Amino acid sequence: MIVAILTITSLAALFGLLLGYANIRFHVEGDPITDQIEKLLPQTQCGQCGFAGCRPYAEAIAGGESEINLCPPGGEATMVALADLLGRDPVPLDAETAEEKPKSIAIIKEEECIGCTLCIQACPVDAIIGAAKQMHVVITEECTGCERCLPPCPVDCILMQPIALDTGNWRWPFPQGGQEEIANSELATKAG
Amino acid sequence: MYVESKKGKTRELWRFHGGLHLPEKKEMSLKSPLQQAKLPQRLILPLQQHIGVQAQPQVAVGDRVLKGQSIAASAAPVSAPVHAPTSGTIVEITEHLVPHPSGLSSQCIVIEPDGDDRWCELPEPISDFRAVDSQTLRQRIRESGIVGMGGATFPSAIKLNPGKPIKTLIINGAECEPYITCDDRLMRDQAERVMNGARILQHMLQSEECLIAIEDNKSEAILAMFQELREEENIEVVRIPTLYPSGGEKQLIRILTGREVPTSGLPAQVGVICHNVATTAAIADAVIEGRPLISRIVTVTGDGISEPGNLEVPLGMLAADVIAQAGGYVESKPQQLILGGPMMGFDLRSDQVPITKGANCLLCPTIEEMPPSQPARACIRCGRCADVCPANLLPQQMYWYSRAKDLEKVQDYNLFDCIECGCCSHVCPSHIPLVQYYRYAKAESWAIEQERRESEHAKQRHDFRVSRLQRLEAERKAKLRKKKEDLKKPAADKAKDSKQGASEKDTKQAAIEAAMRRAAEKKAKQQHAPKNTENLTAEQQAKIEAVDERRKLAREEQQNEEHSS
Amino acid sequence: MEFHTSSSPHTQRINRVDKVMLQVVLALLPGIIAMTFYFGWGVLINIALAIISATAFEALIIKLRKRPVTPVLLDLSAVVTALLFAIAIPPLLPWWLVVLGMAFAIIMVKQMYGGLGYNPFNPAMAAYVLLLVSYPVEMTSWLPPFMLAEQQLNPSQILAYKFTGLLPDGVMLDAITMATPLDQMRTNLDLNRMISEIREHPLWGDFGGLGWEWVGNWFLMGGIWMVYKRTITWQIPLAFLSGLVGMATIFWLFDTEAFPFPLFHLFSGGAILGAFFIATDPVTACTTRAGQLIYGASIGALVYIIRTWGGYPDAVAFAVLLMNMAAPTIDYYTRPRTYGHGGGEA
Repeated sequence: MIVAILTITSLAALFGLLLGYANIRFHVEGDPITDQIEKLLPQTQCGQCGFAGCRPYAEAIAGGESEINLCPPGGEATMVALADLLGRDPVPLDAETAEEKPKSIAIIKEEECIGCTLCIQACPVDAIIGAAKQMHVVITEECTGCERCLPPCPVDCILMQPIALDTGNWRWPFPQGGQEEIANSELATKAG
Repeated sequence: MYVESKKGKTRELWRFHGGLHLPEKKEMSLKSPLQQAKLPQRLILPLQQHIGVQAQPQVAVGDRVLKGQSIAASAAPVSAPVHAPTSGTIVEITEHLVPHPSGLSSQCIVIEPDGDDRWCELPEPISDFRAVDSQTLRQRIRESGIVGMGGATFPSAIKLNPGKPIKTLIINGAECEPYITCDDRLMRDQAERVMNGARILQHMLQSEECLIAIEDNKSEAILAMFQELREEENIEVVRIPTLYPSGGEKQLIRILTGREVPTSGLPAQVGVICHNVATTAAIADAVIEGRPLISRIVTVTGDGISEPGNLEVPLGMLAADVIAQAGGYVESKPQQLILGGPMMGFDLRSDQVPITKGANCLLCPTIEEMPPSQPARACIRCGRCADVCPANLLPQQMYWYSRAKDLEKVQDYNLFDCIECGCCSHVCPSHIPLVQYYRYAKAESWAIEQERRESEHAKQRHDFRVSRLQRLEAERKAKLRKKKEDLKKPAADKAKDSKQGASEKDTKQAAIEAAMRRAAEKKAKQQHAPKNTENLTAEQQAKIEAVDERRKLAREEQQNEEHSS
Repeated sequence: MEFHTSSSPHTQRINRVDKVMLQVVLALLPGIIAMTFYFGWGVLINIALAIISATAFEALIIKLRKRPVTPVLLDLSAVVTALLFAIAIPPLLPWWLVVLGMAFAIIMVKQMYGGLGYNPFNPAMAAYVLLLVSYPVEMTSWLPPFMLAEQQLNPSQILAYKFTGLLPDGVMLDAITMATPLDQMRTNLDLNRMISEIREHPLWGDFGGLGWEWVGNWFLMGGIWMVYKRTITWQIPLAFLSGLVGMATIFWLFDTEAFPFPLFHLFSGGAILGAFFIATDPVTACTTRAGQLIYGASIGALVYIIRTWGGYPDAVAFAVLLMNMAAPTIDYYTRPRTYGHGGGEA
């Protein structure tokens, strides 16, 4: 009896020490989880998740305060990536979030802009230039299409313009026409 | 394997993995000699005929241009200028259908030829190129708008600045794809041009050897090139076995040198530079005659063409016009028109697209000749694709993961070493469009990489903005604190030195009060009434009202939406 | 003018899955004829039963999966599965066991995983193993080749037995069935008999089981024809047979009286059939050429190990299924060196 207890105790102690040593010896200085989450987010800083930007949302996810399906620009891909990273179950996106919008950029209608600078203050990536009472303009290369400049504009002179398809950004589509693909798409339409 | 490459010299050849023996179908376009295409009504010159940045137009609508005049300049280091193929008038600078797998349009300059075909003043011919340094020659090649004419369309001048010693210069005359014969025709009829180009390139690169590689099914071309060889030069003509895709740059380098270009590396890393024969001939023209790249040989072939053959076509000529000069279509409703060969070319949606610098072949097959592919079936993992793959990939595994859209895993199987030669799809018993799966996976991977970079950039800008706002806020607070302290100080000191600083204090106080009054006024104004409302014109007034109305509507709408939701 | 568009390449070699499968069927024919010659009509009845039930189950499942039925049936993969299963089972096996086997093969092993191309296990062999484990008596009651048979049943008597379990008056089941040569060798070795002693039994022919050796020969002919036609690659059969013969030779040289001679292993059971027709099923085998060598040799070695020390006299089915499990891993570690990835003559 005593031998058994001693054996088990000493074994437990030994393994405990081993584990403790391994923890120190093989310690991996990993990214804090918030940084890893933030890397997966699209960085549009659009706030459509209900948080002030991507970083706050990442913090909320890391703190377990928020679901992982709230990012509309990221869409399903981001949700799945987050689920993978955090070992959580994928959560279906709600209808509004899942709706894939074409990638757009903001355009300011020059003749209507009154130069109020409100949109400049709203832009999370400093993609709008202009001064008070001067007409503003969007730097198209920098615009992430987050739509945060839309609500503040007092004259509704900003519109979102989908990025046009040209020979530069055209991509080969996923092959269609195989028997299985046909059958699958038929099933999908039936189900949907 | 050894072949004779020059009088009294043999070369060892290597072989690459896989490859296919395809029905050649080259004889049909070789029956007739090279013909000059007649000038059409219009020439449409896309600004993007090369890999890199689109060229910038240098002309305006209505301008008269001369043959050989530069009409669009290269806009970046990786770019190429465009020259007028004939004299005429610029009638439009507009979007026009271009030869691209997407079937989309792109910016083009439209020239209406005047029929005179009058040359502009060309740069000075360099007949003794050996006396000129390679910097000057490279500049000439760059200004002549020369790009890889085998189909890759990479600006040639850049390739000629390898920054590494080059041992072997390869002139690629393999032309391994079925049907295409434009390089064969060029070597048979104009061997001297090619040979001069090879000499120029060898001089520029100072390479130890220059190998002109030709597949052994082109015996006439081999003979013609052999006759141009000179004893004292280190140029050889190497007859390589016919095996598709021996004309692929990486495969050809393997055949000739036994070396392999490292993945995502350049041939120069193994001491090799490779140029197509048509490009080489164009370089000879540019250097020796000062002639820019304004025309090329195009093979027009297939059972759907009445008189298949090779035509020297001015760039910008519509495919439809070229085909008309080759006797037109056989059928009233042709099925398919391919730009390039049957293995790697892409389908054109319309024949109203211009011939560009990289367009080597127009192939119009009949439906019997190239029946549409059958519906794909399940992969049975037979591995035939892997047997024929010239890059020694595992196409069946790449297909599996591309289909599952598992992009990381496809890249793990070396997706980006795929040269899209089509061998795997060609032999697949299940008729799976493998190459398209790989193209999809590549495009998607690039897009994701691009997005990642963009989001990284956006994050940086956002972080910068946040830190700037914080700094401003801190500065504002510091100022405020200071102001408060300044205000307090006089109050505390009042009793102490009331006499001494009275006048000073008064002015200070007055200034502060004035500022506060101004601020209050400004605030009131902002809150209540719009500014600058005096002296409005009726038109301006109407605009304001319209804006107000729209705002009201928007607000109402928003309220309605809120209610309804 | 609008042209039709598709992705390159625009030409395809006339080369179809159904043609591949048809070649397999053709290559099986000589062996099937030989089997019928030696073991009677039961072989053909099994084949007919298996093909009909396999096709029916395939059609049923495809229908339930709401996919087009005809193209799937026309790829002939179900027929090949049925054929391989039918020639592996005893000629007198009751009809419902044949149907049960095919139901398991097609529904559970093939279609449940997604149909042709997606099944990790060889359907015919999985079904064979299921029946062997569940109905060992029925599955090991083989017929002797006709030269040794005391009594032979005519086709209607075979049909009657298969469907009703009734034999003609005065015929005992024991009188018409006999153990397979592998079974006999195994039982006698377990009784510590010498090989030379065992071989005196009339069941033994020139180099394998009587009759069996010739069936094996005909399957070998079909197999070589398939290699010649490039229907299958040479790697798997060669590695399989080398693995088996290699193991057998080593142990035979060690003790010729306790371990059977190598040719016995080649020509007495399902080794030839297994090497050319079963292990080469592309869906469940390795796809890299180097992997195929490992895969084939491992099956050969496993066949020898299970035959010699395992619980069952023949082992092709077990060995194939075991290696099916290992195939993806072998594939992963035998990926060829891609162009430009190190090596080469730099």
